[in-house]
Amino acid sequence: MTGGLLEVDGLGFRHADAAPDAPPAIEAVSFSVPGGSLVAVVGPSGSGKTTLLRCVAGLVRPTAGEIRLDGRPIDGVPDATAVVFQDYGRSLFPWMSVADNVDLPLRRLGLAPAERRTRVSDALAEVGLAGTEASYPWQLSGGMQQRVAIARAMAYRPRLLLMDEPFASVDAQVRADLQELTLSVWQAHGSTVLFVTHDIDEAVYLADRVVVLSPAPARVAADVAVGLPRPRDQIATRSSAAFVELRARVARLIRR
Amino acid sequence: MTAVARAQPNASDGAGIGLRLAVIVGLAVAWELVALLANDPVYWPRFSAVAARLWEAWLANPAAWVESAWPSTWRLLAGWIGAVVSGIAIGTLIGLSASARAYVNPLVEFLRSIPPPALLPLFIVLLGIGDGMKVAMIGFGAAWPILLNTADGVASVEPMRRETARVYGLTGRDVLARIVLPSAGPRIFAGLRVSLSIAVILMVISELFATVDGIGFELIQAQRSFRMLDAWAIILLLGLIGYALNTVLGLVERRVLAWQLGATRSER
Amino acid sequence: MSLALGATDAPGRVGRGLIGVAAFIGLAEVVTRAGIVNPAYLPPASSVLGTTGRLLVDPAFLVHVAGTLAAWAMGLAAAAAIAIPIGLLLGSSRRVRDASAAAVELLRPIPSVALIPLAILLLGRGLDMRVALVAYASAWPILFNTIYGVRELDPLAIDTARAFGLGRSEVIRRIALPSAAPFIYTGLRVAASIALILAVSVELIAGGAPGIGTWMLANSGAGVPRELLYAGIVVSGLLGLAINGLMVAGERRLFAWAPRLRSRL
Repeated sequence: MTGGLLEVDGLGFRHADAAPDAPPAIEAVSFSVPGGSLVAVVGPSGSGKTTLLRCVAGLVRPTAGEIRLDGRPIDGVPDATAVVFQDYGRSLFPWMSVADNVDLPLRRLGLAPAERRTRVSDALAEVGLAGTEASYPWQLSGGMQQRVAIARAMAYRPRLLLMDEPFASVDAQVRADLQELTLSVWQAHGSTVLFVTHDIDEAVYLADRVVVLSPAPARVAADVAVGLPRPRDQIATRSSAAFVELRARVARLIRR
Repeated sequence: MTAVARAQPNASDGAGIGLRLAVIVGLAVAWELVALLANDPVYWPRFSAVAARLWEAWLANPAAWVESAWPSTWRLLAGWIGAVVSGIAIGTLIGLSASARAYVNPLVEFLRSIPPPALLPLFIVLLGIGDGMKVAMIGFGAAWPILLNTADGVASVEPMRRETARVYGLTGRDVLARIVLPSAGPRIFAGLRVSLSIAVILMVISELFATVDGIGFELIQAQRSFRMLDAWAIILLLGLIGYALNTVLGLVERRVLAWQLGATRSER
Repeated sequence: MSLALGATDAPGRVGRGLIGVAAFIGLAEVVTRAGIVNPAYLPPASSVLGTTGRLLVDPAFLVHVAGTLAAWAMGLAAAAAIAIPIGLLLGSSRRVRDASAAAVELLRPIPSVALIPLAILLLGRGLDMRVALVAYASAWPILFNTIYGVRELDPLAIDTARAFGLGRSEVIRRIALPSAAPFIYTGLRVAASIALILAVSVELIAGGAPGIGTWMLANSGAGVPRELLYAGIVVSGLLGLAINGLMVAGERRLFAWAPRLRSRL
């Protein structure tokens, strides 16, 4: 597979402290993410989805295969990626204000202070949190905290946005709102998103393509194209026959 | 009311016995080498000399146990047990009533802010220089951390737990003995640990003053006659006693609070 | 929460506290005036308070307070300068921590006051000796809390910073240190109280230079009005109260974001 912004090629990962005869956590996973698309990775819990994402983010080094961004193998944390983690309570820093949290990665981009301030307030306005600059994350609700994390990623203007089960810790209504927010910022910025989730419904609803992982060791069980029209709608899309059929197909793939 | 529960890491987890022994031997060797280089056996005695003195003058010397170690130990334990009993009793009373807490809070905060050694001259004036003074001194100084931690622990029992007990019709005494005190247990033990080290400090201080027996008395005698070797040996001895007391308290805590270890582990 | 409750309670939180203090002083006054205890042992509370007030404006006495505070401040500063870097080092490496655990466990139980006689022999009776002992005793809680704070550092917090491309030194400066800071401060707060205990202890045992302990020893003899001894204790209590009060206020101001403190807001 070639030509994607992100190419995962024969990726394998074995934990350093695993028994020698234990199977690897990830085995020979290959897929690609074309620029401007939103690709979801689904798999049963414990299937190495998060490890896969940490490899792509450059936080851990794969033990086999290669990950290429813009055709160049990544070695360490690439400059052009941003991550939104599931656990917003832990990935936002409680000693920094909301604005400082968003500003944190901008400092190293060498931007002028005024430019940084604009980016921070624009990003916060975009996620519907204008005016919360001086608050602290822990003064906000869970859903709002995850919006701050998304604003931080957007202000960084990444080539590739990685999202690791970002909405697993919020309730259903907030999750729907955050899904809409994700779609709208993705479309507004023309960015590229790799979205890891265990929620089949969410994966099918958001993505252009769904990469289905098998139970451990994780392999690509299927790479399903989602042909649903955009813009998608929480009620209309989810109740369409095509959506229901796709969801069932992915669910069967996972269960097998 | 803020308590002085000191957050302490469990220093021992993960360390292999072999590694720990190696470090201890390494420290002893380092001391030995530094002393050899300093070449001043009077002021900087070698570790081997100090250890030998500790062995012959204290550990292998029954007379020293009877004449010095025992008087110190019983005063220490008597004072500390007095502190435990009064600290837990008064702490529970204060902890149970928000209104009582409001009335005594500033007073308690003031009394516990007095550095205990500052009371020594007064205790000597009031109680003389006998055992009573020392036991009272140890007891008074060591009671505060227990009292404050107990009051804090009792006051912050999950209301849900008390309500559960009430729903099932438990009497006041049952609630206290089976709900409130066990819930406050971890806090109380944190207070006990701090108070034990304060008790050892006060035991030594009270014996450095006007005394005729005890480990502290031997220490001040060693200082007055410039017997550095003995002074070092006594310091090592006090370290061993403190270590032994901490270890015993740790074992008791592990038994009494076994439920809590299980609970926190299952939360992980 | 407690603030709102206090405002609606009948006498109020502060009011009740004042009532408690007044009742205590009143009781002490009655007990002595009624002749229940010998005033030679327990002077009336009113005259103790009067003496305290006079002492607090007496320059000769304040020299002693300043002496104690000097040893306290220098010892505490030295302890922080030594214990925080060591704690950061021990906390950040599991191997170093394991290797040092045994040494720490052996040194910790040695009661610091037991070192006073030895320190007098080695360092004399001057400020050096006082500062050294205060520093030794107050270094431990700072060390433990620093190690603890570094250990509590959330791996996800570090991952987040790394994922945005922050380098090692930036992760330490912007993530690791701020997240350990409340724990380090707690260590400083505990150490501040211990440092005061040690400063007074050293003065009581070594005497010599001005200090509250030195002053109390000089005023505990026969024939000296008992009020002075009690007043000295009141002053040392006020000193302890002020130190702890300032440290707690600083904690609330600096670390309002820390989960442990946040719950008290």
